[in-house]
Amino acid sequence: MADTIERHTIAVLVDNEAGVLARVIGLFSGRGYNIDSLTVAEIDPVNKVSRITVVTTGTPMIIEQIKAQLGRLVPVHKVHDLTDEGPHVERELALLKVKSKGDKRVESLRIADIYRARAIDSTGESFVFEISGSTEKIDAFIEILKPLGLVDVSRTGVVAIARGKGTL
Amino acid sequence: MAARQMQGAEIVIKALVDQGVEHVFGYPGGAVLPIYDALFKQNRLRHILVRQEGGAAHMAEGYARSTGKVGVILVTSGPGATNTVTGLTDALMDSIPIVCLTGQVPTHLIGNDAFQEADTTGITRACTKHNYLVKNIDDLALVMHEAFHVARSGRPGPVVIDLPKDILQGQGPYHGPDEFVPKRYKPKLKGDQTKIAEAVDLVANAKRPLFYCGGGVINSGPRASRLLTEFVRETGYPITLTLMGLGVYPANDDQYLGLVGMHGAYESNLAMHGCDVMINIGARFDDRVTGRLSAFSPNSKKIHVDIDPSSLNKTVRVDVPIVGDCASVLSDMLKLWREKKAKPDAKALKSWWTQINKWRSRKGFTYHQGDKLIKPQYAIDRLYAATRGKDVYITTEVGQHQMWAAQLFKFDKPNHWMTSGGLGTMGYGLPAAIGVQVAHPKALVIDIAGEASFMMNLQEMSTAAQYRLPVKVFIINNQYMGMIRQWQELLHGSRYSECYMDSLPDFVKLAESFGAVGLRAERPDQLDGVIAEMIKSDKAVIADIRVDPAENCFPMIPSGAAHNEILLGPDDKAARPISEEGMVLV
Repeated sequence: MADTIERHTIAVLVDNEAGVLARVIGLFSGRGYNIDSLTVAEIDPVNKVSRITVVTTGTPMIIEQIKAQLGRLVPVHKVHDLTDEGPHVERELALLKVKSKGDKRVESLRIADIYRARAIDSTGESFVFEISGSTEKIDAFIEILKPLGLVDVSRTGVVAIARGKGTL
Repeated sequence: MAARQMQGAEIVIKALVDQGVEHVFGYPGGAVLPIYDALFKQNRLRHILVRQEGGAAHMAEGYARSTGKVGVILVTSGPGATNTVTGLTDALMDSIPIVCLTGQVPTHLIGNDAFQEADTTGITRACTKHNYLVKNIDDLALVMHEAFHVARSGRPGPVVIDLPKDILQGQGPYHGPDEFVPKRYKPKLKGDQTKIAEAVDLVANAKRPLFYCGGGVINSGPRASRLLTEFVRETGYPITLTLMGLGVYPANDDQYLGLVGMHGAYESNLAMHGCDVMINIGARFDDRVTGRLSAFSPNSKKIHVDIDPSSLNKTVRVDVPIVGDCASVLSDMLKLWREKKAKPDAKALKSWWTQINKWRSRKGFTYHQGDKLIKPQYAIDRLYAATRGKDVYITTEVGQHQMWAAQLFKFDKPNHWMTSGGLGTMGYGLPAAIGVQVAHPKALVIDIAGEASFMMNLQEMSTAAQYRLPVKVFIINNQYMGMIRQWQELLHGSRYSECYMDSLPDFVKLAESFGAVGLRAERPDQLDGVIAEMIKSDKAVIADIRVDPAENCFPMIPSGAAHNEILLGPDDKAARPISEEGMVLV
């Protein structure tokens, strides 16, 4: 097995209880694993289940360890490596604030249109854009907005789901 | 049927009793006063009052390790809880089932920096298998039962339940253990049958096989040790054990090669290096066993049985990983082995044993006992000789004495050897011995100690005195932190920085001050008499055995070295100087 660094997107179903996120994050920091992004929200209010999507990088042996370590946490019900398990879609949402006047202001609106971002707030000298898409797409949009007066960035991190009719 | 309403503190006590708990090791404080009041009003649970909460944690560990039951700790909030952290970490590393009840300030004060408040669940998250903060009394009873389930199932470990004082004083419903259904945490016990078949094939076709087994076999229960012994005997293969695994296979048996690892037997380590099939049952490829990973057992196919999936392929890549309980997998393997009527390659096995016996003839544990100074190894040899045939439980502290004890004391049964393996906690041995003695009042319980480690928790002599627990502390006294001195000698040009303790107490007088018996041996000819007197005494004993302060522990695989670079003794120079990389390792 080659020791190449791979990027994996892992979905984790957990009991939504106090401290569960701290357990997951503590596991990563305590064992020196990487977190590229992490998102969490309750997905089943009746059974109090939350879904954590974590994007991590490491050698295949480390990725295997991460999954095994997550799996042995008591409030963790399921661990799925979406990267390993077949095609899946990943999306991120970002809110981006641009502060500019004149040509730059117009240009930012035109670029937003190309990236299918929406302006959800505006003043005489600012816009807030909402954009969703792959991490790469958002990275590219941010790069283009930088010279156009980008002043504030808020990103959700990746959420992901498998393609097809299968479920976790 | 409506559940019975009880006070929170009574729910705690009732749940403990219903879980089969008989002994609790603890220390009172403001936040747990309701539990102490409930304890006072009952007679099912026996509380052992310790002198420091850290002692309670190690007592619970010793108790658990020697019985296979869950050890229980009861401490107050803040300092009570933080003092248990070392013991909890120790239990996590060595997979010891513990339930630790900690008091907490009332829920409405949490987060206010109240008196004796600490974020106990925050602090212990990384050193427990799981922890709870009970904020609703309706959850209390089921949390108690789940905690025991988590502590003892799968790979055992410590669980903390943080109990705010208002929860302990409030009224709530009691649910018995029969009402608890594990909805989560259901470890896999049965191994994958295809993998097991693959493993048995490998075992059957091995030319230079080796069983390498550890504490997982003990945790799986006595049946696992019996099955392992049967399997090893039917194959005729050699077996080596880790520090945590001593006792799962009879040490006096010819197929047993001895301890493996940094201070393990020469023949064990060379067999690990040279084997072609390694059968790892319940051991975890700890760095103290593997030495340099890139040179670890380079030509073997490896089978690894472990109940914890995260132990597989963690440091060493294995060919046949099997997730499952040792007893269950061993029983499946044995069944398949018998069905196959497997006949190992007798010729290959014979030449493997010839090779092993050549290694054995180097007698790596040899020492030279003169007539002036007591050699530490000799002290342990004589202790073993004097206790053979007795129901003897050994605990240790951490350091050279621990390694000599592991090398020379021979165990025939599991659960009779309690030592701090993973964490290496000095000060473990005395409280652990007290815990063992509480569980086995009639047994001979000996803490093979170093004087420096013993000093770390000697206050617990007072606990031994209070409960008339006749634990024996057998101090291998070399006046140094011997293992530190040894490393400074080998790695730091004999610059003995801060490893010598001046002003040690007079251990004989110290013993007497606790109402125990103090004994001392300074010359080899005094040793047997002191040991005999110690064993004979029905009181706690501190035996101060003054040993050669310069003795080092061999064999030794220096850090960052491979098994075949093992040093046999002081005259055996390392094949190459210990590398920078090796020096960085601990």
